[in-house]
Amino acid sequence: MMANPGNLALAAWLLPALSFLVLAIVFPLRRLGKPAAWFSILCAAAAFVSAVMAWRIQSVSAHPVHLVWPWLSSAGKNLADVGVLVDAQSTIMLCLVSLVALLVQFYSLGYLHDEAPAALGRYYVYQSLFAFSMMGLVLAPNLLQLFICWELVGLCSYLLIGFWYQRPSAARAAVKAFWITKAGDVGLLIGIVMLYQLAGTFDLTELHSLAATNAIPLAGLSIITFCIYLGAMGKSAQFPFHVWLPDAMEGPTPVSALIHAATMVTAGVYLLVRTDWLFALTPNVLVIVAWIGAFTALLAAVLACVQDDIKRVLAYSTVSQLGYMMTAIGAGVASAGFFHLLTHGLFKALLFLGAGAVIHAVGSNDLPRMGGLARRMPQTAIVFIVGTLSLAGIPFFGGFLSKEEILGAVWAGGLTGPFALLMLVAFLTAFYMFRVVFLAFFGTPAPMAAMAHAGHAGAHVNETPHAHEPPLTMLLPLWVLALMTMAVGVYTTFNEAGGRALSGAPGGETAAPGWLTPSAVGVATAGILLAWLTYQSRTINASSLAAMFGPIRAAALRKFWIDDVFEGLYGFVLLGFSRIIGWIDRYLVDGVLNLLSDWTVQAGDELRGIQTGKPQDYVYGVGAGVLVLILLMRLVF
Amino acid sequence: MGLQPYLILSAVVFCIGLFGVTTRRNMIGILLGIELMMNAVNINLVAFARYTAQVTGMVFTVFTICITVTEAALGLAIVILLFRVRRTVMADHLDLLKG
Repeated sequence: MMANPGNLALAAWLLPALSFLVLAIVFPLRRLGKPAAWFSILCAAAAFVSAVMAWRIQSVSAHPVHLVWPWLSSAGKNLADVGVLVDAQSTIMLCLVSLVALLVQFYSLGYLHDEAPAALGRYYVYQSLFAFSMMGLVLAPNLLQLFICWELVGLCSYLLIGFWYQRPSAARAAVKAFWITKAGDVGLLIGIVMLYQLAGTFDLTELHSLAATNAIPLAGLSIITFCIYLGAMGKSAQFPFHVWLPDAMEGPTPVSALIHAATMVTAGVYLLVRTDWLFALTPNVLVIVAWIGAFTALLAAVLACVQDDIKRVLAYSTVSQLGYMMTAIGAGVASAGFFHLLTHGLFKALLFLGAGAVIHAVGSNDLPRMGGLARRMPQTAIVFIVGTLSLAGIPFFGGFLSKEEILGAVWAGGLTGPFALLMLVAFLTAFYMFRVVFLAFFGTPAPMAAMAHAGHAGAHVNETPHAHEPPLTMLLPLWVLALMTMAVGVYTTFNEAGGRALSGAPGGETAAPGWLTPSAVGVATAGILLAWLTYQSRTINASSLAAMFGPIRAAALRKFWIDDVFEGLYGFVLLGFSRIIGWIDRYLVDGVLNLLSDWTVQAGDELRGIQTGKPQDYVYGVGAGVLVLILLMRLVF
Repeated sequence: MGLQPYLILSAVVFCIGLFGVTTRRNMIGILLGIELMMNAVNINLVAFARYTAQVTGMVFTVFTICITVTEAALGLAIVILLFRVRRTVMADHLDLLKG
């Protein structure tokens, strides 16, 4: 009975829900902090084990399991089901989500050891809720459940970005992330409802079979897929909705690793992967997806080159890699994008957790305040470099084959423009990531360099104070991720078909030309070399290199004015509109009412003179009234 | 005798009453005026009852006389209370309802 992958997936989904409910309701446990954390970690571990078992069994039996309960029945017909859809894509994604969730929860024990117990408990409540919602999204058998979980992960993202809500910048970033993704979500909701109107069902399996038999009318489908893509744009931080992701780095670093690198931001990509048969019907939308993806990748890569905040570099790198995945989907090879999603989930979580270890040690996000850390924290340096090589797409590392797949797919799809952009991005990716490596882990520690003129006497006092290897709770997840990245990299480098099978792609070979692999690796190596020459051997002066790209650098430092445009739109259009409406309300609507009431008051003031209070005057009034009545009766009737 | 002399009498009495109500400053005078107007109405009722040979007007008159008596009693009571509080029964001094 338990060997059914449906039941296992259901267990993996509901265990974090159990943890969430227990921690949310049993508040004494939550306020204890550490025990609450361990309870949540235990549930996450159990969820991970059942997810892996579900994946193993599913990959053997290889036919989808549809385990649902009717929900929202009306007039004898189910509007939607709730349950799990277990197939190749959802199980592997489930494994990734539960693995990263488990490792991040474990890592947070070390990273947040200074937090008050109550705050730690709150953190683990959010973490459990996030794990539950994300798995619900991954396993969703229909678009309605997917949308509900989609909103729930957005809420968790908001809560966790604003975890340190006492900091105004964190509160602002949380609100910004929530609103911008919400703008996309409106599109997604409209798309889902319009699709229901067109096809008559929310169910993914039914929709798939309808699409396969051409039973979905093509008229108006482009608008629907574009609306769905709009939701994916918001979640997966595609231009121009990418502005929230770098700001989301205000949250704790483990949160950035889990939500804003490995899982939630890839939900948009996952959504498009889940519905790629629908998008295949609308090639015009796919072209938009590809171009926006490639442009986002380039924009974010350029922005990453000028950042001095280590987490922001990684955030832009995430945006850039999401652009990669989107481009692959746009080229019509969703499996390549999904493959990159999986490997990226591993090595980007690794990079973020490594950056977290560095920040933990140095006490600052600023690259200029780091340097020479490799000697003090060699293990962190090693795992970070593994992640960096993976991201750069070097053979034998995790991101190598998936990046090749994407480039091959884009080339085979005939999208020469996006392909050129992506090659440039590959170069920039290697450059900016190794810039971080050389600045943070090699070279001289920044404070020491400053002290060189004053002699060596006080050098050790001013060195980054307690830069040391992180505790075991943080090191262990780092090593697990690094070894998995390496394992995936080595496995896929030698066994490409096996790698593709991991992402549930049909076994066919993509028609990538033979020159692709050497040139992609060459471009990445060139990027590494440039970073080495600039920041390590100092053959090229960094400032003269920056001067070469003067205008671009200046623009990139201002984030290409995109945030300013948004702020301007908000400030001028929205606030201006509100002011006009406010003026109309205050002076026209209220004005008419005030005028009427003023007239009434004035008229009353004038007419009160009639009331003399003398009885005889009232008798005159009665007499006059009778006279008028008599006259009226004589004259009118 | 026909109806007309009675009606003229009643109109004259009514006008005298109205004149009293509108011109007297003393509240007791005003009350007296009201009594006169009531009696003019009574004369009318009785005259029409006789003229049409129906008993209804007579019955009404009995009612009206009762009501007039109670009204006079109430009115005088109010006047006495007013005098106790305000030390005056002059209508034009009692203008609390002035707007």
